[in-house]
Amino acid sequence: MALRFEVIGRFNRARAAQLTLPHYICQTPLFMPVGTQGTIKGLTYSQLEDIGCQIILGNTYHLALRPTAELIDDMGGLHKFMNWDRALLTDSGGFQMVSLLHLADITEKGVTFQSPADGQPMLLTPEESIQIQNKIGADIIMALDDVVKTTITGPRVEEAMYRTLRWIDRCIAAHQRPHEQNLFGIVQGGLDPVLRDICVKGLVERDLPGYAIGGLSGGEDKDSFWRVVAQCTAALPEDKPRYVMGVGYPLDIVVCSALGADMYDCVYPTRTARFGTALVPEGVLKLKHKVMANDERPIDPTCSCMVCKTYTRAYLHCLVTKDALGSQLLSYHNLAYMMRLSKELHLSIVEGRFPDFVREFLKAQFPRGDVPEWVCNAMEVAGIDISSCCAHLSAPVYKASAIPNC
Amino acid sequence: MRFAVKATSGGGNGKARAGVLQGWGSFQHSVETPALLLSTRKGLPSFITPDLLQALPLPDSRLLHVSPLHFMECPSSRTISSMGGLRQMLGLPEHLFVSVGRDSIDSLPVIEGTNKLGASFETPSGRLLVRPEKYMEIISSLKPNLWATLADEVPAWAVEKRNKASVERTIRWLDECIALDLSGGEAILGAVVGGSSLEERSRCAKEVAKRNVSGYWIGGFGLGESMEERPALLNAVVDNLPEEKLRYVSGLGLPEEILEGVAAGIDLFDSTYIYHLTLGGLALVFPLDTVDKSRRSPFDFPPSSAVNDGTKINLSSTIYRKDKSPILEGCGCFTCRNHTRAYLNHLLNVHEMLAQILLEIHNTHHYLGFFRSIRRAIGCGTFDMFRQSFIESRRELFVSSMTCS
Repeated sequence: MALRFEVIGRFNRARAAQLTLPHYICQTPLFMPVGTQGTIKGLTYSQLEDIGCQIILGNTYHLALRPTAELIDDMGGLHKFMNWDRALLTDSGGFQMVSLLHLADITEKGVTFQSPADGQPMLLTPEESIQIQNKIGADIIMALDDVVKTTITGPRVEEAMYRTLRWIDRCIAAHQRPHEQNLFGIVQGGLDPVLRDICVKGLVERDLPGYAIGGLSGGEDKDSFWRVVAQCTAALPEDKPRYVMGVGYPLDIVVCSALGADMYDCVYPTRTARFGTALVPEGVLKLKHKVMANDERPIDPTCSCMVCKTYTRAYLHCLVTKDALGSQLLSYHNLAYMMRLSKELHLSIVEGRFPDFVREFLKAQFPRGDVPEWVCNAMEVAGIDISSCCAHLSAPVYKASAIPNC
Repeated sequence: MRFAVKATSGGGNGKARAGVLQGWGSFQHSVETPALLLSTRKGLPSFITPDLLQALPLPDSRLLHVSPLHFMECPSSRTISSMGGLRQMLGLPEHLFVSVGRDSIDSLPVIEGTNKLGASFETPSGRLLVRPEKYMEIISSLKPNLWATLADEVPAWAVEKRNKASVERTIRWLDECIALDLSGGEAILGAVVGGSSLEERSRCAKEVAKRNVSGYWIGGFGLGESMEERPALLNAVVDNLPEEKLRYVSGLGLPEEILEGVAAGIDLFDSTYIYHLTLGGLALVFPLDTVDKSRRSPFDFPPSSAVNDGTKINLSSTIYRKDKSPILEGCGCFTCRNHTRAYLNHLLNVHEMLAQILLEIHNTHHYLGFFRSIRRAIGCGTFDMFRQSFIESRRELFVSSMTCS
């Protein structure tokens, strides 16, 4: 084990913690930007530091392809290669293979696929995934799991869950650097609470440094999504970090944090930036829209990032989707927004005002009180009273003007 | 605006000069010339955000070239004015903006499109016809520190009649722009054209010199003329312009072309060199200190001229896969201080935007360094030697790299 996880604040299930990793001391809840190929698209490491990024995610599949794990190892590990001093997390490579590759198939041995380089049949085993991740050198590495889409039902889901448990033992055995890198297990089991429970218990028996909740964010309905998260966070140990993979939208992060999760990752903020969409407390701002052409306000008047302190919506409207700088500036702001969200989650829990924060967040996102039902149900389980935010729960108090202008 | 010539280079025909552009109005810095204006797209560099821009050498990196053509569609002139013009809109209040119609990267003049009503340009938004009134409307909203009047630029192969017409039109538009100028005329650079005709170049320069402008923008170069005919054409213009006023030429981008322009007495340049190098995954490595033949042997560089010709290296090449050294040892730019050739090689191979960002930073830093060397040589009275040396050493490397491969 190469981490320390210390809970320093709570509200019901939500917790704020200090996560000490070999390269950095982090505050949770936190969001991890995805730096697929050893870089966050369009941003330098100094800008990521300015914004407050604590952990960055690298994709093992892409890095193993180019520039290869051997080369990264020769360079002294991914930290040195990228010149990133803070923490890194690598995934196992399994998910990308299954979702990106034609004719990828999962057997007991591992994931078989056609090499994208030359079409040769190849096999990614749990052992090999761990070996590659050992070479890359991230602070947190993920076990190779058998992940199925949540939209799939039937015996395949059960098979995948049991295989994931068998593979975790192979991952543990193959792990060469347990004192420098933390191997997280991933809870699978689809949307079936029985399977999820078995998987949680199985992983917890192995006493891993941390646990991830996998197999979500793949098209399942939100009602099923939050229930799986709630079940897993309730069953996973208190004193270890909990990482919900592939999440996501700010709203999802707030809900999952209320339910007791600590870490998140998603391509959404940077990807949506490249399409000209900015993240704001009210939701999203589509800068491509004609309406922005003469709007002299910053993206978000409450944001103190370099982009919001310098540029107007009108100018950014000209740049987005047309010029590289548009992508860069918007990615910068969107990640700054996510870091700010992470910080607010952490601080509001530590300072004993988490429910207020949640209510403020929901009011900004749903000014008409139309908070989705799944959020209301989740918050009830989380023990947070959001009746003042929900039109159908409280007496409607509408302003006469109505349509929000963004 | 205040421009003063501080020194001229001895030897040769002694036309190279070092000058100072003195801060005025919103620009409170002094800038030495000959200087490079950094190319921009809608006012900002192609890949460098303002926080990274300020890490480039100062005050050199405060000079930006901007084209009104980038603002023909949006934001509207009214919005730009409302935002306070270029400096406020771009968040670069300490920078000096020089505006020229032509943007040599992607908004080039179209000879057959221009007519008596306006100048035609081929841009990413299609073909635009720019009338003097519209041009001045954008200029007044942008409020650049210096701006060139609207010109009809023709390429080297234009027929005599067309060339003559371009001179007439350019002078007429010069007068129209001056008349429409709302800011007292301090910021105007009179446009001088004339294609490949020595007579027309002289004639145009003489006419423009009669107008009350602060300096001159020399257009019509980099549009097909040969390197051989250019010196005479440049001299035909410069010889007819007053010594004490600023001269800016567009279209001379390569190091040899810059040296040629400096030798003819030019003070300001813009260049597409950095942009094209960056897009091509190339990084400048030529030595900036005194070009001393004995210090560089052809065998210092790998024999493949496709990868390293002594001027630049092709970072996409596999020979850099594991190279842990910076692009250029001793370079103080952000890229060389923080990243390796191996990392850049990887970024280029996986088509990541960060590659262009890091390359534009390095290449800009290096090219600004080249201009510093030029100014230093003029100051020491050794410009002609510097220029000779530079050209000869590049020729040597080409020859030797060809024989080794």
